[in-house]
Amino acid sequence: MHGRIRTWGPGALVLLPTVLLLGYFVYGLIAWSFNTSLTDRHTARKGPASYVGFENYGHLFGEDRFLNSLKNLGVLTVAFIVGTLIFGLLWALLLEKGVPGESIFRSIYLFPMAISMIASGVVWGWLLNPSQGADARGLNRLFEILHLHFLENPWWTAGSRWTTMASIALPAVWQLSGYIMALFLAGFRGIPPELREAARVDGASEFKLYRHVLFPQLSPIALSALIILGHMSLKLFDLIYAITGPNQFRTEVPAIYMWNTLLRSDMAKSAAIAIVLLAVVAVLVIPYIAYTVRQENEE
Amino acid sequence: MSTDTAAAATGSAAAAVRRKPPKSRGVIADGSTRRSRTVRYVLLLLFLLFVLIPVYVVLITSFKTSGDTTAASQWSLPKTWTLDPWRKAWDVLQPYMVRSLSLAIPAAIISSLIGSANGFVLARWRFPGANIVFAFILFGMFIPYQAVMLPLRTTFTTLDVTRGVPTLILAHCIYGIPICTLIFRNYYATIVPNEIIESARVDGAGLVQTYLRIILPLSMSGFVVTLIWQFTSVWNDFLFALFLTQQDNGPVTLGLAALSGGQKVDYAASMAGALITSLPTLIVYIVLGRWFIGGLMAGALKG
Repeated sequence: MHGRIRTWGPGALVLLPTVLLLGYFVYGLIAWSFNTSLTDRHTARKGPASYVGFENYGHLFGEDRFLNSLKNLGVLTVAFIVGTLIFGLLWALLLEKGVPGESIFRSIYLFPMAISMIASGVVWGWLLNPSQGADARGLNRLFEILHLHFLENPWWTAGSRWTTMASIALPAVWQLSGYIMALFLAGFRGIPPELREAARVDGASEFKLYRHVLFPQLSPIALSALIILGHMSLKLFDLIYAITGPNQFRTEVPAIYMWNTLLRSDMAKSAAIAIVLLAVVAVLVIPYIAYTVRQENEE
Repeated sequence: MSTDTAAAATGSAAAAVRRKPPKSRGVIADGSTRRSRTVRYVLLLLFLLFVLIPVYVVLITSFKTSGDTTAASQWSLPKTWTLDPWRKAWDVLQPYMVRSLSLAIPAAIISSLIGSANGFVLARWRFPGANIVFAFILFGMFIPYQAVMLPLRTTFTTLDVTRGVPTLILAHCIYGIPICTLIFRNYYATIVPNEIIESARVDGAGLVQTYLRIILPLSMSGFVVTLIWQFTSVWNDFLFALFLTQQDNGPVTLGLAALSGGQKVDYAASMAGALITSLPTLIVYIVLGRWFIGGLMAGALKG
């Protein structure tokens, strides 16, 4: 027993500060937020607050504004994930067999990833100007010049929830498609060439080769991509803040709503929104972490 | 192939992206004809346009005089080229840039060092329950920061950490530990052969000795990856900046938001500002592109 502790002890000791720090700053503070969300602390004023149980949550889910922000988030997430996966996979497919200048394409497709969402939001705010016709600006002006009038639209400022949130998703798709491309490209290049050879020898068509041989090999990567994009989308804040400003009901998502609630110093309510957001992320991520850790144990 | 294939080997994943497919014997061997190659090429060029349109916008607008940004002239080159928007943006952003540098560099270094030590233990010096600790750390990577932000602010106020750069360094170090740990854990699991560690242990080397003498010298490319990753995400962060600092002691993302917000936006200056703000991370991307991709791959578990 003593010998075991001598071998294991130092390792555990190295991790101890991290465990303590994260124990407090992640788990402790989450508990703190949760605790606040159960109280009636609706002002910045300190002093005793009383517990009201899940009342704040009840109010939230009975509130049009919060339900609106959840629906916005759902639509945004679908548009963002589908868009990014399509572009990313398409680019990877176009590049995976190798073309002249491949590294240039790759670098340019990937570069938006290096830019902050605030900076790209500034540019996309300009591009997504809602004016149309003679007064058109931004992308709409470009469509005017190219005589693609039918493409002109008011972007996020009018129209259905889908138009609005897809307009917000567009810059996010622009930023992250290159990343997904890189993931899939690494996947394609990691497939042993013999697999393709064997499928071709067996007379598989190009389509069947991808459908039955290559794509199944990529499914772990697709799962990672889905989790990454999903949790990014749930937390999306900067881009909306930069493009529409934080005070737009049309584009409000829980992350933004929480900020607005906080500005009014409604501590309990903003904590409740944050906890709902955390719960949504956790539903997505915890099974994934469990799956990953278990799979590594088997190896 | 495990779930985190992409995350598995930081260096080798980046290499996999760059790896050329095997040379095809003749046109038919890779299943494509000359025509399909042309189609592919045209599509690639079209998508290139989509990616580069914002770049064009930023560049032309940032050199325009304020009278030159009318609806009709939005997509044309500047009538007269001017550096005024750049000067204006720089005047506003310069103190923010300095703060962001003095924030991102130490934050990246500290979290990388902690991540390296953690990663070594989790990959090569495991103890019972190490997996539970690993999952415990991993979850910290995914949490929406909103869930901790309010009490975090209270904690920092109680600790009396000066609001501004020191506060942000502390926050980014703590919340950067999970991703750095993951990157180093995967790096050490693939790069360092087990035999080396085992023989060092047989020779009686302790954890500290093994780490300092054997592991650290082999860690260079791991550090490059985490440093780039952390530098970029700290530099680009907006949420912590907004919650934990004020306008006059915040980093450059706050400065840019201020420059581009408000009632009457000076588009030329905000475009110049967007470029100035992005330059450090763009330079990192261009100069260290290889490792940048490695970092992205390593972060495949994060986002």
